[in-house]
Amino acid sequence: MNSMLNDILLEAKNLKMYFPMTKGLLKRKVADVKAVDGVSFKIKRGETLGLVGESGCGKTTVGRCLLRLYNPTAGQIYFEGEDISKLPANKIRPLRRKMQLIFQDPYGSLDPRQSAGSIVGEPLLIHHLVKTNSYGDYRRRVSELFATVGLDPSMVGRYPHEFSGGQRQRIGIARALSCDPSFIICDEPISALDVSIQAQIINLLQELQEKLGLTYLFIAHDLSVVRHISNRVAVMYLGHIVEITNWRELYDNPLHPYTKALLSAVPIPDPVVESSRERIVLKGDVPSPINPPPGCNFHPRCPIAIPDCRQAIPPLRFISADHEVACIRV
Amino acid sequence: MQFESKYDNRTNEITEAPPQVSEFRRIFKVMSSRWVVVFGAIIVLLLVLTAFLAPWIAPYDPIKPDLSSTLQQPSRAHLLGTDALGRDVLSRIIHGAWVSLRVGIIAVSIAGGIGIILGLVAGYFGRWVNNIIMRIIDAMMAIPPLPLSLAIAALLGGGLTNVMISVGISLIPTYCRLMCGQVLTIKESDYITAAHVIGASDIRIMLRHLLPNSFPPLLVLITLNMGIAILAEASLSFLGIGITPPAAAWGAMVSDGYKYLFTNPVLSFAPGVAVMLVVLSFNMVGDGLRDALDPRLRGII
Repeated sequence: MNSMLNDILLEAKNLKMYFPMTKGLLKRKVADVKAVDGVSFKIKRGETLGLVGESGCGKTTVGRCLLRLYNPTAGQIYFEGEDISKLPANKIRPLRRKMQLIFQDPYGSLDPRQSAGSIVGEPLLIHHLVKTNSYGDYRRRVSELFATVGLDPSMVGRYPHEFSGGQRQRIGIARALSCDPSFIICDEPISALDVSIQAQIINLLQELQEKLGLTYLFIAHDLSVVRHISNRVAVMYLGHIVEITNWRELYDNPLHPYTKALLSAVPIPDPVVESSRERIVLKGDVPSPINPPPGCNFHPRCPIAIPDCRQAIPPLRFISADHEVACIRV
Repeated sequence: MQFESKYDNRTNEITEAPPQVSEFRRIFKVMSSRWVVVFGAIIVLLLVLTAFLAPWIAPYDPIKPDLSSTLQQPSRAHLLGTDALGRDVLSRIIHGAWVSLRVGIIAVSIAGGIGIILGLVAGYFGRWVNNIIMRIIDAMMAIPPLPLSLAIAALLGGGLTNVMISVGISLIPTYCRLMCGQVLTIKESDYITAAHVIGASDIRIMLRHLLPNSFPPLLVLITLNMGIAILAEASLSFLGIGITPPAAAWGAMVSDGYKYLFTNPVLSFAPGVAVMLVVLSFNMVGDGLRDALDPRLRGII
């Protein structure tokens, strides 16, 4: 976008998250589920990085690792220059102010026994962001947040079940905003919503980004949505990032065979073009992350695989200044 | 970045508030639509009123013996007759209501308080904390509640306070189990993750989020256990461990009266019926509460 955006807010280096599988009474470890297996990327201040991939590829796990909801198995996470991947639990709390999460499911992510105002205001109390024993301050800030996300401030006393899905998602966004974070992970924030409401929420997120200078990691499985909101897009497959580039390059010049297949699956809203386009249909299923295939883990389904693909995991390499691909065939 | 929307761009539209639905009113409506539940609620209410107003509504002194009129059949002067010491049975039942209610409330508070905290801690922290607490609870569950409270009462000595403590302890496992199970399901939900993300402390998550959300089934259990606790106190009193003699307790009255079962059955039947009615009522109210609070039954009843 512009040169102002060049300082890096968050960087993940070779991030790994393995979930152990245990068996028997003694909790003997039999295998690992390699949900995230060596992921590296950088997010610049003020930009939106889209993270796409099919379900089960580890997108959400990456987000939760960055937030330290999971303790990553290996790798580093630098947030504002500081490695947060090994911070002890009691040092994480100040970090919570700066990194927030917007959930996929607007129904499950709000406490049903808490009023909307209390949901939005809770972070203010936890982080002492309003003067203690100043109820007026608290109420003013909550009303302000309600108005920011387009909700009527008179609804602060209502409970989640009295709101629609889109309104609930707005409450979730207000909660994420309330402690004034610099970085927000949007974990498929619109995939549980109606199409018409999806557009509203996307526009709201973009507006907030402009107004508040937020940085997003936007997790989605829908490429057309990612295209609207992202500056750069990372494509994940089975715990690995296979391609990172800016959105224009990704759509005009996809290089990795998986990215090509994904893009060819996006329907085109024009019946003539739609019927004449060429679709790349992948054969087979996603392999199990417990026992991924050797070498490039996409090779069993890859249309252009060669025997060399089984030898080693291909690293991400630069094709151009802003385009990295993990494939030996391009 | 610009994005031309195909959809209308009313991002900042402030939507109208939907109609407010009162949870309390809904529960009340569901419960009052079943006559057994209403009946149970009325009996419970009567019990509470009787317990508090006992000194004013009881026709005679429940403790003072009147040896001139022992073992009388029901009459106009003594509606339920008199016992071996000439005390009016109705007055003793009225005063016994206070004992039963007090035992119910205090025993259930002890059981609920300890059980809920233990279950909350076990479920939330999991791992070894859960293992240690739940194994102890399992061991307690292996002993039937009556022998358990008998043993505890024997250990602590008789008297009403110790009966309440022993009944309370014997009821802990059910609360702990229920709470632990509730916490285990709820703690995986997104809103608990959200609480972690906003930086809430463990105590805050437990008390502000987990406890209120697991409360409905606990409320049902509390109501049902009131009946069980009253029954347990009656059983202990019947076995002679409960209350110290001159004071009136329903269980002890059944025990005193059963010697005259053939000559004067009212003596033990009347307090027995009182116990039965109250326990049944608490169970019915508990049942009604369960139906009213169960989200799966929402819209059916």
